[in-house]
Amino acid sequence: MTQPVTRAAVTRRTFLRLSAAAGGGLLVAIRLPAANAAADDASGTIATLSTAADFAPNAFVRLAANGKVTVVINKSEMGQGVCTSLAMALAEELDAEWANVGFEFAPTAPEYIHPGYGIQFTGGSTSTLGMTEPMRQAGAVARAALLAAAAQQLGVDAKQLHTEPGVVVHQATGRRLPYGELAGLAATLPVPESAPLKEPKDFRLLGKPMHRLDTKAKVAGTAVFGLDVYVDGMLTAVVAHTPVFGGTTKSLDDRAARAVPGVRQVLDLGSAVAVLAESFWQAKQGRDRLQITWNEGPHASIDTKALRAEYQKLARQKGLVARQSGAAAAAFAAAARTVVADYELPYLAHAPMEPLNCVVHYRGDSAEIWAGTQFQTFDRLAAAKTLGLAPEKVALHTTFLGGGFGRRANPASDYIVEACQIAKQAKAPIKLVWTREDDLRAGFYRPLWHNRLAAALDAEGRITAWSHTIVGQSILTGTPFEAMMVKDGIDSASVEGADELPYAIEHQQVELHTTEVGVPTLWWRSVGHSHTAFAVESFVDELAHATQADPLALRRTLLQGHARHLGVLNLAAERAGYGKALPAGRAHGLAVHYSFNSYAAVVLEVSVKDGRPRVHRATCAIDCGFVLNPDTVAAQFEGAVGFALTAALYSAVELERGRVVQSNFHDYRLLRIDEMPEVAVHIVPSQEPPTGVGEPGVPPVAPALANALARLTGKRVRRLPIRPEDLV
Amino acid sequence: MPIELQINGQRLTTAADPSTPLLWFLRDELRLCGTKYGCGMAQCGACTVHVDGQAVRSCVMPIGALAGKPITTIEGLQGPVADALRAAWTELEVPQCGYCQTGQIMSAAALLREAPQPTDQDIDAGMAGNACRCATYVRIRKAIHQAAAAARGGAK
Repeated sequence: MTQPVTRAAVTRRTFLRLSAAAGGGLLVAIRLPAANAAADDASGTIATLSTAADFAPNAFVRLAANGKVTVVINKSEMGQGVCTSLAMALAEELDAEWANVGFEFAPTAPEYIHPGYGIQFTGGSTSTLGMTEPMRQAGAVARAALLAAAAQQLGVDAKQLHTEPGVVVHQATGRRLPYGELAGLAATLPVPESAPLKEPKDFRLLGKPMHRLDTKAKVAGTAVFGLDVYVDGMLTAVVAHTPVFGGTTKSLDDRAARAVPGVRQVLDLGSAVAVLAESFWQAKQGRDRLQITWNEGPHASIDTKALRAEYQKLARQKGLVARQSGAAAAAFAAAARTVVADYELPYLAHAPMEPLNCVVHYRGDSAEIWAGTQFQTFDRLAAAKTLGLAPEKVALHTTFLGGGFGRRANPASDYIVEACQIAKQAKAPIKLVWTREDDLRAGFYRPLWHNRLAAALDAEGRITAWSHTIVGQSILTGTPFEAMMVKDGIDSASVEGADELPYAIEHQQVELHTTEVGVPTLWWRSVGHSHTAFAVESFVDELAHATQADPLALRRTLLQGHARHLGVLNLAAERAGYGKALPAGRAHGLAVHYSFNSYAAVVLEVSVKDGRPRVHRATCAIDCGFVLNPDTVAAQFEGAVGFALTAALYSAVELERGRVVQSNFHDYRLLRIDEMPEVAVHIVPSQEPPTGVGEPGVPPVAPALANALARLTGKRVRRLPIRPEDLV
Repeated sequence: MPIELQINGQRLTTAADPSTPLLWFLRDELRLCGTKYGCGMAQCGACTVHVDGQAVRSCVMPIGALAGKPITTIEGLQGPVADALRAAWTELEVPQCGYCQTGQIMSAAALLREAPQPTDQDIDAGMAGNACRCATYVRIRKAIHQAAAAARGGAK
């Protein structure tokens, strides 16, 4: 077994256990005595102490004799706070002392699949929706087992016992048994299959703004991301990717690369060339000295300008019908007036701050992999296939993710497969490191989209029909998700947000043209909603303008009966002071959108200076059902505002001659602190099941910005990112 | 020619290629992994360290240019200002993914040395070189103000 060399003992212990888990089976692993039972490190969160007396009633929790509770998190932590919120759910029902609760990331194993999807992954804003109940149940049965152990130890009926945080109490005698002291006995007793859950009114942790379990390590610099994993004898691989998607190597001269001190191996992978060296810098110098000619293949003429023109034409033709209600064509024919608008959105890179990377230790008959991934099940299968191993011979360990946004959930497992291709031929464990240029140029983007909207108005200005035509690439066709999410040629990820319009319009038609381009695409935080919400919510404002209605009033009229939409819309409008006078040169814009089972509304206060929009304030309202941790919800919405503004103001991946133009943060720039608005987040109290938070904040932001700019300047932005010439 | 470096108060001599960026020397040679790689061209600030007390981007700083200059990384950042920053960052739950946050804290520490009571404009100027893809900027600003106040209080 490899012992990864890292600077922190805590990490080594964690990985040791995870490694053992993959090799020896979960229960053996989580009962494994710790190699080093020293005190916790300063972070005090990730490391916990295992002893032989550990009580591990199920795959999600174990209790040490010293009272430490370790919650095993089957979701990837990429900033959304899931390691804390799921630990809270379990600790709530266990009635654990929060100060004693830590966490570990789950190994890749069947116990950790998403109950609704059957795979181990993190995405679709489904973690709290899918895992809150299982985590509560896992905590509840553990508590029930501890009560049974206490009853046996005290010789009393369990009904006479109750728990306080971390302690079983016998009311009659006042005797108190700390959980840790019961761990050994509880481990010998049968674990009940289920146990009653608390009433929400009795929650101590859930619904409270608890401090995150990962913050200390992240502030100290000790949190281990994929890039921070070092294995003894490891080489770093830096790769030259084909400059044109689908290209292959034609000829390779690697003499200059091999001459770089520290370079050990150069591998032609077919569509890429990898340079392996003792350090990143050596490998990169070698990579930069490769002389490669490429067979460019069929995609060397892709040009996003031409693509936009092509999409524009397609949008005027009949597409596949994704949604039909009423008789839109007849209503348009009978209209007193029609309003039409085209909205264009570019390819977008996810650009997580941590470039993609993956460590693989291939041993011939087995392999161990460390990666910040959102897609454990698929990645392990793809790795096993690439390495020619049975999946159970591949142990995949999840590290912290330095941002995900969907990029680390790739059905093609691109960077994992690439790392495994290299590892299979390498003479040592390898760490694949993508440079930022690789990240921006080697693919998997939010598709380029064209949306054409049309509305029919009657003589009184009422909207009688709505037509929405979408043009763009399918994300899911050709992936394992196709069977589930592509029906009759309609990729649900292309039309989501457009095919479930909440507005009361009698005749509706949504059509889709799915294009084949050759640019690899992928879900990007909020997926289809990232483009449909911009089109729909911009167009609603255009219709308000066309009918001299106030955008808020029009939405209120059209949303009758949609209480949760109205709830967030009215809350955001009220808290933002929508409709009240603003300082000169400023305007409000708003938008409301339902996605990932949650409802979100945003009001932005905007001005323009030197042709550039400036957002001063964002007022957000969300209804995401019962809130596990309100501070996490606020953080996700603050972040969503900045993430969406980056896209609206700056982001585009463009191609010329099949090559990506942008290469690094100088031409794919991110919003900076001096451009970040103040953000207020208001949560609608709810006892509905907890729903998505990571993504729903993104979709309403760009249309709210465009709507504010239209009010402020009279210019309607119909293409992202916004250019200065759009506002004059 | 061996290069003598002073990192987090320790002297060491290395025969590494002088063109090696400090970032990769810290990570690959010393396993000081709190300093992060984000762009390799001084565009994102994830790799921020202190050289002679100034915030610099270690991804473009060759070790050959650093002989004898005191270098501080997140692992070696100490003192009342550092403590106040870490406390504020923790109290306000600044990090999301956390990857850029060590660089943010290094820049904030350099900022507070220059401007112990920073205005919002000071924060804009001092922190605009540090990108955060999670856009935790609202809390970064708040945390810097809070840390500045705490550090002042502690100095009394």
